[in-house]
Amino acid sequence: MSGIVVIGAGQAAGQAAASLRQEGYEGKVTILGDEAQAPYQRPPLSKAYLSGEIGMDRVLVRPENFYPDKDIDLKTNTTVTAIDRDNKTVSTESGDTYEYDKLLIATGSRPRILNIPGSDLEGIHYLRTIADVDGIRGAMQSATRLCIVGGGYIGLEVAAVAKKAGLDVTVVEAMDRILLRVTTPEMSEFYHNLHTGRGVNILVNTGVDGFEGENGKITAVVCGDNKVEADLVIVGIGIIPNVELAEAAGLECDNGIVVDDHCQTSDPDIYAAGDCTNHPNPILDRRLRLESVPNAMGQARTACSNMLGGDKVYSEVPWFWSDQYELKLQMVGFSADGDTSVVRGDKDANQFAVFYLKDGKVVAVDAVNSPKEFMVCKQLYGKPADAAALADPETELKSLLG
Amino acid sequence: MPTVKFIEFNGTEHTVDANNGESIMVAATSNLVPGIDADCGGECSCATCHVLIDAEWRAKLEPTTDTEESMLDLNPDRTEDSRLSCQIIVSDALDGIVVNLPEFQY
Ligand SMILES: Cc1cc2nc3c(=O)[nH]c(=O)nc-3n(C[C@H](O)[C@H](O)[C@H](O)COP(=O)(O)OP(=O)(O)OC[C@H]3O[C@@H](n4cnc5c(N)ncnc54)[C@H](O)[C@@H]3O)c2cc1C
Ligand code: FES
Repeated sequence: MSGIVVIGAGQAAGQAAASLRQEGYEGKVTILGDEAQAPYQRPPLSKAYLSGEIGMDRVLVRPENFYPDKDIDLKTNTTVTAIDRDNKTVSTESGDTYEYDKLLIATGSRPRILNIPGSDLEGIHYLRTIADVDGIRGAMQSATRLCIVGGGYIGLEVAAVAKKAGLDVTVVEAMDRILLRVTTPEMSEFYHNLHTGRGVNILVNTGVDGFEGENGKITAVVCGDNKVEADLVIVGIGIIPNVELAEAAGLECDNGIVVDDHCQTSDPDIYAAGDCTNHPNPILDRRLRLESVPNAMGQARTACSNMLGGDKVYSEVPWFWSDQYELKLQMVGFSADGDTSVVRGDKDANQFAVFYLKDGKVVAVDAVNSPKEFMVCKQLYGKPADAAALADPETELKSLLG
Repeated sequence: MPTVKFIEFNGTEHTVDANNGESIMVAATSNLVPGIDADCGGECSCATCHVLIDAEWRAKLEPTTDTEESMLDLNPDRTEDSRLSCQIIVSDALDGIVVNLPEFQY
């Protein structure tokens, strides 16, 4: 038996290691990852790990000794360069070859890189890995002016941490509002006001044309005629799924590695999970490529069960969270799916939820410091609900669950 | 090293060694105890680490925070024994604690 090989050692891979053993698989498990660390969680990288509140031990998906204890061969600093489907092997940069019976591709995604004048100046960072954050944390010690390129959740989380650490923070966003890709104008406005209220400078409709520096170090971000002075820049303009290995091996890819509802690729012995997949969601009745931890974990569990002969369908309502300052945002579904929205709670008190309905059925919620509303939406998803009752603070949420 | 006894919904028991300072959730997931999903990794954001702890042990725990309470309140399997295991930190005082797992996580 050649066993199961996992490419990538991130969130999905860490969950796969646990799931395979939990399901009773006793065969060989090899995890090949190009980073230096055992699988870790990325969400804290722009939150409590960036601020220094928690250390490395708290971000690992499983403790380091978990892998040897459970007889899982975790090979870090190991980059996979090719998949040979005919011989059922994968090969690595260092020239090693690993045979597989079943292969799980969990290569995740990587930041989209800005290729404009000055991009190689010292002081321009991206945020995806522990190594990236360690670099940023070091730079934050001496920096005074941080410019964040891109007003997405990760950029805004960093803005909140940096502001608390006493830096001058400017967020530069090319679109006409922050969070445009992921939320409604109403939520964008709320977060815009939250950040400006805390002293973050936000420039919308502002594209970045280049970077200026002195002695090889960043001094300013050039936006048309405007210049934002900065001694530290963090670029967060989206991610690209890591599909190249799969593509080169002839697996079907289309904005992600195409998998079916069993997380199986176009090769029956190869599965994929996490950020790198384009997968069907039976509840939403369409294909999705998601960038979220619950998705990586859920797909990893499903793929493992099926690699071991199970018949499990991956079918979960997408959800996500973001922590900025003392505000915890929890989201279920996609607000863009709604045709009506209702607000419950008090925006001025930073405690409210926006429910989105389509044809009278609940399809999403954005819940700010409102965990009950989040929990209710997880359960009400796809079910009819009365908009007025949702909005009425007198309505006991429990009564809506029926 | 304190031990934690997890009892699955079907009655299967797992007694594991836990480290002081880590959460009950981490003690479970590090030892392949099934029945705790912990999708958010312990951020009190997901409620998929729901467990049931009887009154005697519950009395030895720190009280729930508002966030934990709200997340539990709408859990369909909630009982007065309900806690989120990522919010309970293992210490010598909890040596031998018995943790029951619900049938489902939501
Ligand atoms: C700063 C930040 C904050 C985030 N916050 C949240 C949040 O609050 N909530 C949320 O739900 N999600 C959040 N996310 C997204 C979440 O972290 C990802 O969706 C999740 O990590 C995806 O897991 P994965 O296993 O698919 O990929 P990853 O965790 O990225 O793991 C993939 C691994 O494979 C490696 N790899 C790639 N190619 C190869 C190769 N050829 N050979 C060997 N190894 C390879 C990569 O280097 C990486 O280590 C955040 C992400 C970031 C970066
Ligand atoms: S692990 Fe998510 S709430 Fe406990």
